[in-house]
Amino acid sequence: MLDQSKDVNERRRPSLAVFKFASCDGCQLSILNLEEDLLAVGQALDIAYFPEASSDMKPGPYDIALVEGSITTAEDAHRILSVRKQANVLITIGACATAGGIQALRNWADVEAFKRTVYPSPEYIQSLSTSTPISEHVHVDFELWGCPIDKGQLLRIVTDLVAGVQPRLPADSVCLECKRRGNVCVLVARGIPCLGPVTRTGCGAICPSMGRDCYGCFGPSEGARKGPGLPPNTASLAKHFHGELQLIPVEVMRRFRGINGYVLPFRAESDLWESKT
Amino acid sequence: MPEKTAQTRTIAVDMVARVEGEGALRVTVKDETVQDVELRIFEPPRFFEAFLRGRHYEEVPDIVARICGICPIAYQMSAVHALEQIFGLRVEGALRDLRRLIYCGEWIESHALHVYLLQAPDFLGYDSAIAMAKDHAAVVPRGLRLKKAGNAIMTLLGGRSVHPVSVKVGGFSRVPLRRELEGLKDELLWARDAAVDTVRWVADFEYPDFAPDYNYVALRHPDEYPLNEGQIVASTVLQISATEFEQHFVEHQVAYSNALHCTVQGSPYLVGPLARLNLNHDHLTPLAKQVLTDRRIALPLRNPFHGIIARSVEILYALEESLRLIERYETPPLAALPVAVRSGTGMACTEAPRGILYHRYEVDGDGVVRDAKIVPPTSQNQFRIEQDLRLFMPRLLHLPDKEAALACERVIRCYDPCISCATHFLNLDIRRESST
Ligand code: SF4
Ligand code: SF4
Repeated sequence: MLDQSKDVNERRRPSLAVFKFASCDGCQLSILNLEEDLLAVGQALDIAYFPEASSDMKPGPYDIALVEGSITTAEDAHRILSVRKQANVLITIGACATAGGIQALRNWADVEAFKRTVYPSPEYIQSLSTSTPISEHVHVDFELWGCPIDKGQLLRIVTDLVAGVQPRLPADSVCLECKRRGNVCVLVARGIPCLGPVTRTGCGAICPSMGRDCYGCFGPSEGARKGPGLPPNTASLAKHFHGELQLIPVEVMRRFRGINGYVLPFRAESDLWESKT
Repeated sequence: MPEKTAQTRTIAVDMVARVEGEGALRVTVKDETVQDVELRIFEPPRFFEAFLRGRHYEEVPDIVARICGICPIAYQMSAVHALEQIFGLRVEGALRDLRRLIYCGEWIESHALHVYLLQAPDFLGYDSAIAMAKDHAAVVPRGLRLKKAGNAIMTLLGGRSVHPVSVKVGGFSRVPLRRELEGLKDELLWARDAAVDTVRWVADFEYPDFAPDYNYVALRHPDEYPLNEGQIVASTVLQISATEFEQHFVEHQVAYSNALHCTVQGSPYLVGPLARLNLNHDHLTPLAKQVLTDRRIALPLRNPFHGIIARSVEILYALEESLRLIERYETPPLAALPVAVRSGTGMACTEAPRGILYHRYEVDGDGVVRDAKIVPPTSQNQFRIEQDLRLFMPRLLHLPDKEAALACERVIRCYDPCISCATHFLNLDIRRESST
């Protein structure tokens, strides 16, 4: 929580910093996509550090730090420690920062071979063999899921923090969102292997609304039956993909090993099906 | 090696701001002569080409979108075109129009971001658009609303503007109804007028007098301003199809950068809005041509700082083109053509906001990707940016280090480099050496 001790009129504007690690910039762009609200955010908060948008880079400490991107180099593993020291509240934004991102596909591969695929002189390339989420390196206060994040959720969490309200974000599945929107279920009606039943809500069920399967870009939902904080039932969905929809094991494995492949429930499911291939 | 003396100076800027990605610049100056210019791209490599291997072709558009949050459509379009080449599919009619329309949305969004939020503060003397908004209360909201108009097109067709979800091999997962597209019209008409004002606004900026000799490279299509298709042409003699790209364009690795340098016929070249406009202005709309004439903007534009003009003209073009495409739209019977999977290799090049983007895929009989190659526009421009800095540096040498560094950043920003694409912080390091 931000320091709310002083009288509203005396309170200084909270400062915001935005840091980037390995990522596509999509989550930072979601901040710039706040459009009209961006100017309002610029008034409510002191945007102290946001190199993508401003050359004025003020030193910390910062009240709120948003972190995009995952840790893929030794230098970045070091840099995140100093970001943490400068931040009162640290929020990861997006699949990269929260789960390792799509670049965590390297965690199953031989990165030296990857380097040889892309670079003629792989020895020049400094890179760790893994892509890891921020929470594997430092304490994280809040996580915003999504690839990219939903700008409405971002605005909500920042507003809550500034207002001194404990932020709460929904964690149930995309399916519920789909029902609320009145979508026809692509899994049941069309037999398409949709990850909606095990994926966290937040996007507004974009994919089923566009006539296709959810591919899990908001990461695992929390298990509805089992209780908050517990993993969703990936095993039952995977069995359905294999048994009813006739996906072969490697196809089931690929379903779970995507944008959020490295986060535990999805990782475990994909590893299991890999072992059956 | 010359000995470093007391006159040796090192200037460092931790990060060049308002670019997408992380890079650094090192300039070595000896006896007031520029020795070396190294643009170092530190953005950690993300190995997309490697992990596309073993994935099914249907997953490719979702994966390659993540290379860049600013231009995901460009990646999706080059990918689906290359894959369709393998499967012998040609997407025509309303589906082709919709692809053009969503690409226009991306150009509008990406260009408006660069013109208003990233580059204009350089000309008007601010650190950011938010700081600029205090004195230019009408202008910044105009830019934000223009950007939003581009995002509205992407969101309608793609479900969202960052990493749209509907693009697939053969077409889309869902196509809009005519009345949905018509719902965009009023905002696009407003945006068209705002785009005319944008061209007029940027045309009046003060530009440094600088005109290097460029080899422009862009797509060229017989009937239209290029987006998804065309031959690759250059100001030097060159006219090839995307399938011949790798025979003419060669990537080299340099020790100081995570992005590869690309050359054509052994030399650096320029891709992006300036190249596109210079090679294709005959396909602009009458209104866009008229605005250029009114402002006495003569083509070709040779000054890299005029990139902001080219980008503004392209925003106008993309809005007019969007309105035209919406006008003639009839909802197609199928959202996507059926795909008959077969093995093979396919190559395609499309015009990303920052220039030509080449993809090659090899897939097997099950539709699984066996090999992939991607050449993004920023890595193609990287060598050219270094050349420009080399040419521009001499006029900066009298400046104190910090100001020289800021001026270099401005030159780099002209290119709207997307360093996330090329493999993000720009460190500027100027070394001044003297042999005396
Ligand atoms: S989470 Fe997705 S959108 Fe966000 S930076 Fe990573 S790749 Fe981009
Ligand atoms: S439906 Fe799934 S994949 Fe699609 S945007 Fe939502 S969470 Fe992401």
